[in-house]
Amino acid sequence: MRGLDLRYFMRRIGMFFLVIFVAATFNFFIPRLAPGNPIGAITSRMANASAGIENGQAMFEAYRKRFGLDEPIYIQYAKYMWNTVRFDFGQSLSAYPADVWEIIRPAIGWSIGLIGVSVLLTFMLGITIGAVLAWKGTPQIVKALLPITMIGGVLPYYLLGMLLLYLFAFTTKLLPMSGAYDSAIPKELSGPYIGTVVRHALLPALSIILTSLGTWALTMRGLIVNTIGDDYMLLADAKGLPKRRILWWYSVRNAIPPQVMHLAIALGYVVSGAILVEIVFSYPGLGYQLYMAIVNSDYTVIQGITLILAMSVGLCVLIIDLVYPRLDPRVTYVAENSG
Amino acid sequence: MQTATLSTPTSTQSGSIILGTVRRTIAFFRENRMFTSGVVLLLALLLFGLIGSKLISPKKADLGANPLNLSPTWEHPLGTDGFGRDMLAVMVIAIPNTFKIGFLAGAVGVLIGTLIGLFGGYYKGVADSIFSSFADVMLVIPTLAILITVSAYVRVVTVEIMAVIVGLLAWPLPARVIRSQTLSLRERLFVEVAKLSGSSDFEIIILQILPNLTAYLAAAFVGAVSSGILASVGVEVLGLGPQNVPTLGRTLYYAFNRAALFRGMWWWWGPPVVTLAIIFAGLFQMSVSLDKYANPRLKGAARS
Repeated sequence: MRGLDLRYFMRRIGMFFLVIFVAATFNFFIPRLAPGNPIGAITSRMANASAGIENGQAMFEAYRKRFGLDEPIYIQYAKYMWNTVRFDFGQSLSAYPADVWEIIRPAIGWSIGLIGVSVLLTFMLGITIGAVLAWKGTPQIVKALLPITMIGGVLPYYLLGMLLLYLFAFTTKLLPMSGAYDSAIPKELSGPYIGTVVRHALLPALSIILTSLGTWALTMRGLIVNTIGDDYMLLADAKGLPKRRILWWYSVRNAIPPQVMHLAIALGYVVSGAILVEIVFSYPGLGYQLYMAIVNSDYTVIQGITLILAMSVGLCVLIIDLVYPRLDPRVTYVAENSG
Repeated sequence: MQTATLSTPTSTQSGSIILGTVRRTIAFFRENRMFTSGVVLLLALLLFGLIGSKLISPKKADLGANPLNLSPTWEHPLGTDGFGRDMLAVMVIAIPNTFKIGFLAGAVGVLIGTLIGLFGGYYKGVADSIFSSFADVMLVIPTLAILITVSAYVRVVTVEIMAVIVGLLAWPLPARVIRSQTLSLRERLFVEVAKLSGSSDFEIIILQILPNLTAYLAAAFVGAVSSGILASVGVEVLGLGPQNVPTLGRTLYYAFNRAALFRGMWWWWGPPVVTLAIIFAGLFQMSVSLDKYANPRLKGAARS
């Protein structure tokens, strides 16, 4: 690919694995460093509790074996890493003997759908609003009204979510309060099913979009204002190109690459926020599963989900990094001596 | 920007220096209306909490101290929650606690970030590459995910420990900003001059480079406080973090957990939401106006 050489490519891939490695290392050491040896406390608590549960003893044994508490720590660590690479996060403690991965997998789709669509919409809306705000030809009335879209920006996603839930689901009952679909409608690719999915996703998506729109629009405006003095803009103007064309194909085109880089940096925050939005709306994605796991003290599921979250953000950043040179042809990562 | 003063100031001089500083500070607040209004918002909230906690008995915020689920009356201006806690008394304790977590976390994050960024950017070398790669990795991993794991295992924490944990995760962004500035400052002429006049590396870093980073430090601090409050409230809303101390996030957790939203008890979830909105609005205003100094190229743009 143009602008990419093997070294850059390998470095980015290496970075991705480093992210997974660091996240997994945190996951491994946090329980072991926590005061009062929580693993020991959990296992002994489970040993007590398991007396009354069917399969309880097997679960307790599996837990002990999973943590390999009798083995030296570096062997535990190596095993843990090997399991992580194979997506083997062990078995759930609250829904034993279900695999953690089996619990996480269906949730991933809902989260990707919700976060993906919201981020994409926010990105495009933010760029458009920013461009319109920066453009000289925009009517004053539009310029005065657009900042209203940014009011949500002072709240964290999930707090706006609570307000939206109160206004549109609780008070006016316009939209459903929780869940991702109506269980009365058969789960197949049909009009009614798509309808119910969209209706359920509307409020969670809106709480993400409305809270992050303002920042995107403001940075976009700044970036476009910065292009105004540039030479290519002067040339485009001198060529007599229509103003609209200059705005979208010269100003906005040049302001988009830094915005994409900004997206890569912001992604961790977006995911953190979306986790809590899902909880507010009981939306069955990773965030909600995480909440249920915390409520049930299901440590293996908690660890599995946090690791999956780190992996997915790492993967998205990797993709953005690899696509970036295509987006901004001025940036090249080919080593200078090679040509 | 000034560096070290050359002569030892006499008493009259030090008096005029203080007066000058005061004058410059006032001028700064006058010039930056947005910054001032942010500071005023935060101070007003903090004062509300500090004065309120003197006037209102903290006992009213105990479980079962009052009748349950009362809507606001003269006796309980913000009503009582589902546990019989007077909401005004809860808020008055929760606001300073949330501020404490935010500011302590911000201070820890910026301190670590500054040390790593300053020394890494000045000396470069292997240690610097390791630390900056590590910072890049940490920026990718969602902070909330790590915080949740930590707080899921460490269930018993105080406000202070919570703040330090949040702060320990807040250093990568300040480190990155300070490092890139230090990298450019170390090539400037005045550093060269200081070197020739026999200053040690340590003196150069502290006396020449650090004073030039004031705007960046201030911006980084405001950003770190903001993300620290965001992260800690996020963890508290999940029912983790400090357990028996009222904080804004914990209040929201109870309200959320006890379905205050669906029982129409707006006085339960409303005050923490409004307070957090004011806090974030204030911090946002401060950070936008500091950007003008920290990043003059941004012109009219907001923070990234």
